[in-house]
Amino acid sequence: MERDEETSGPMMEMCTNGGGEEKSNRRPIISGEPLDIEAYATLYKGRTKIMRLLFIASHCGGNQTMQLEALRMAYDEIKKGENTQLFRDVVNRINGRLGDKYMMDSAWCEAVDRRAEQKKGRLENELSSYRTNLIKESIRMGHNDFGDFYYACGLLNDAFKNYVRTRDYCTTAKHIIHMCMNAILVSIEMGQFSHVSSYVNKAEQNPETLDPIVAAKLRCASGLAHLELKKYKLAARKFLDVSPELGNSYNEVIAPQDVATYGGLCALASFDRSELKAFIYPNKIFHILLIDNINFRDFLELVPEVRELINDFYSSRYASCLEYLGSLRANLLLDIHLHDHVDTLYDQIRKKALIQYTLPFVSVDLSRMADAFKTSVSGLEKELEALITDNQIQARIDSHNKILYARHADQRNATFQKVLQMGNEFDRDVRSMLLRANLLKHEYHARASRNH
Amino acid sequence: MSTLEAVITSIQRLSATSRDLSALHDVLKGANDSLRTNSDLQLTTLDQLDPSKHSLGYLYLLDVLSCGPVSDVVPLIARFINGCDAAQIRLASEKFVSICKRLKDKVLELRDPLRGVAPLLAAVRKVQVSNKRLTALHPDCLQLCLLAKCYKAGFSILSDDILEVDLPRDFYLYCYYGGMICIGLKRFQKALELLYNVVTAPMHVVNAIALEAYKKYILVTLIHSGQFSVSLPKCASTAAKSNFKTLCTTYVEVGNCYNNGMISELEAVVVANSSEFEKDKNLGLVKQAVSSLYKRNILRLTQKYLTLSLQDIANMVQLANAKEAEMHVLQMIQDGQIHALINQKDGMVRFLEDPEQYKTSEMIEIMDSVIQRTIGLSKNLIAMDESLSCDPLYLGKVGRERQRYDFGDDFDTVPQKFSM
Repeated sequence: MERDEETSGPMMEMCTNGGGEEKSNRRPIISGEPLDIEAYATLYKGRTKIMRLLFIASHCGGNQTMQLEALRMAYDEIKKGENTQLFRDVVNRINGRLGDKYMMDSAWCEAVDRRAEQKKGRLENELSSYRTNLIKESIRMGHNDFGDFYYACGLLNDAFKNYVRTRDYCTTAKHIIHMCMNAILVSIEMGQFSHVSSYVNKAEQNPETLDPIVAAKLRCASGLAHLELKKYKLAARKFLDVSPELGNSYNEVIAPQDVATYGGLCALASFDRSELKAFIYPNKIFHILLIDNINFRDFLELVPEVRELINDFYSSRYASCLEYLGSLRANLLLDIHLHDHVDTLYDQIRKKALIQYTLPFVSVDLSRMADAFKTSVSGLEKELEALITDNQIQARIDSHNKILYARHADQRNATFQKVLQMGNEFDRDVRSMLLRANLLKHEYHARASRNH
Repeated sequence: MSTLEAVITSIQRLSATSRDLSALHDVLKGANDSLRTNSDLQLTTLDQLDPSKHSLGYLYLLDVLSCGPVSDVVPLIARFINGCDAAQIRLASEKFVSICKRLKDKVLELRDPLRGVAPLLAAVRKVQVSNKRLTALHPDCLQLCLLAKCYKAGFSILSDDILEVDLPRDFYLYCYYGGMICIGLKRFQKALELLYNVVTAPMHVVNAIALEAYKKYILVTLIHSGQFSVSLPKCASTAAKSNFKTLCTTYVEVGNCYNNGMISELEAVVVANSSEFEKDKNLGLVKQAVSSLYKRNILRLTQKYLTLSLQDIANMVQLANAKEAEMHVLQMIQDGQIHALINQKDGMVRFLEDPEQYKTSEMIEIMDSVIQRTIGLSKNLIAMDESLSCDPLYLGKVGRERQRYDFGDDFDTVPQKFSM
């Protein structure tokens, strides 16, 4: 297959070629090269596209071209919608740097605001008439329309309230799911992931079986919620469960590349080795994971660098794994959901790599290990010291010869020591107890004798 | 005149058997008041009696005499204590205790506590009914030992296990002074036990002795076990739990700094509050705590490293140079806190495992004795439980608090006659 050739060729080439501007859509978008903003933006639609572009603009450091490109695309996108607040915001940030075409268009703003007022008035009238008529379905539609309206204007709180109000007027399961999906969308935009979790649960409790695409969307949302709450293992599981039928249908929230990246990194940071194996090399025994893993592999094809790095980690090629991670880092920091977690995830992955490296050996030469991890011997010593203190590696460092020796505590001696210690503690505690009991008894007798 | 002579003759006659002694005791109690006012009673009268045979009578007369102005009372009392008969004086133990207290006061007035140590030690042994009972003399004896700085003498009393107590105040003082003596002897384990007993003793209001003991308790826990927890043990009284921390804030601060492991911060705190520590006379203890932090940090290093250069140790523990590190490590090896070899040629220290293999016969004996002790203690506990469940006061209280109508109980824990 074309794609296989493309991706099985040495990944290094792509990195060293550097910044080629081909717009081939077979090229991976999340890769080690500087982010191709246009291609990135085409993955999304709706409000999240704007928010992501704005996020990139504010977090791309000193890179002016990238910033301006992002702001330009954001401007174009906002003009297609009805959010004047965001428009003003973007114009301020562009600050005239993009020329005349991208200046403040007050006429447009006023027109949009006027239209919005009219629409709002109309919707209110309709809603009140539906209310007086007490037709459940119409009231529900009325609230929904209000919700959509507020969402388009950027008033997320009001949108959320309106969507939630439709709950009382939902009659079928489909309505409920519709409401939940809307609520989830707005909550993600607002950043309130507790609501996301609760609405996902509500939707999943539906007695009818869900449409697979809807189910996949719910799992994505739930995975995002877990990611924000730093529950990486749960997030990984959720993302792995997403079926590939999702495709591009949830573009207003998340792209399939994101599912792969988030799922892959979280899995690497939190799964142990057997779980990781089931994830990469599905085995007939792990029946459930089997089905989904073939699915997840499809996702991983979209981000071949993540796939490579997981493979490297599993086969103990730590240097190249860490290299991939390093190259991906800059782009991952531009991602709106992953931004806060990149450092933690990387830290966890590195720690796991260190632990896994030392596990099979009785003694390890620190200079070779430092080469494998591309760090200095003294830095490595410090990292290992931290891991030993946390009891994640059972070993001791011979600082003179720079060797790490595995150390397995002698169970027998440890048991004896513990027993003696416990005997002494029992002795002390019981004697103290007897004393206190005597004191209490004495006091009680004294009080009793006073009372008589 | 005649009463005095009558008393003396009765003393001389009735000091032989225990039946006579009880009769004598009644006589003496009756004659006590008249003896006080009797002006004939002089030191010379005492010469007619022999302290070892007529201890009870001697005691009464001595008591009356020492109340008034008498010279050289110290050697007099001391000789009496050394020579008296334990069985006889136990009949009038309060008088004996008050005489000893007078001795102590006199000795302190003369600023020569050393003279009182030996007599009081002997007194404690004589007045003690059993090895497990605390007497009123224990704290006084310990106080003198502390003032005279003969800690070893004091320690000999401390090695008893006290299980029964008469007066709580005696107990607090005993534990507090005992703790201080153990600190002086650097037996921090035992000091910790004693101070722990004071801190967790049941009390309704905060006790000044307990408060001082708590301050020392914090410092000794730092020295001994290297960890500090702000919360008191669960068995401490509620008064203690709520009040101690607010009253000893500087000590709690020292404890928290210690937990963080940064020597410079700890020293800064100590210097800032040194006047308060001086006032409580705890400055020496605080300094010991600070130096123990170095030891604690070095101990942590042994968990992580097999060999380490002295310079690295100095850097990690924030000591000034390798020489100081070597000194500390040497001290710790001598104290038996770590097992290591210092290679001076390379400037390396090699940490070894604890060589104890738990295979020798001495170890088996130690284990055996610990087991026996534990069994003995368990028996004690069970005996106490049984005696408590037969105690009428306890049963009365439980009976009162029991529900009137207890449906569903198969059997009564308390007999019916105790419920009101």
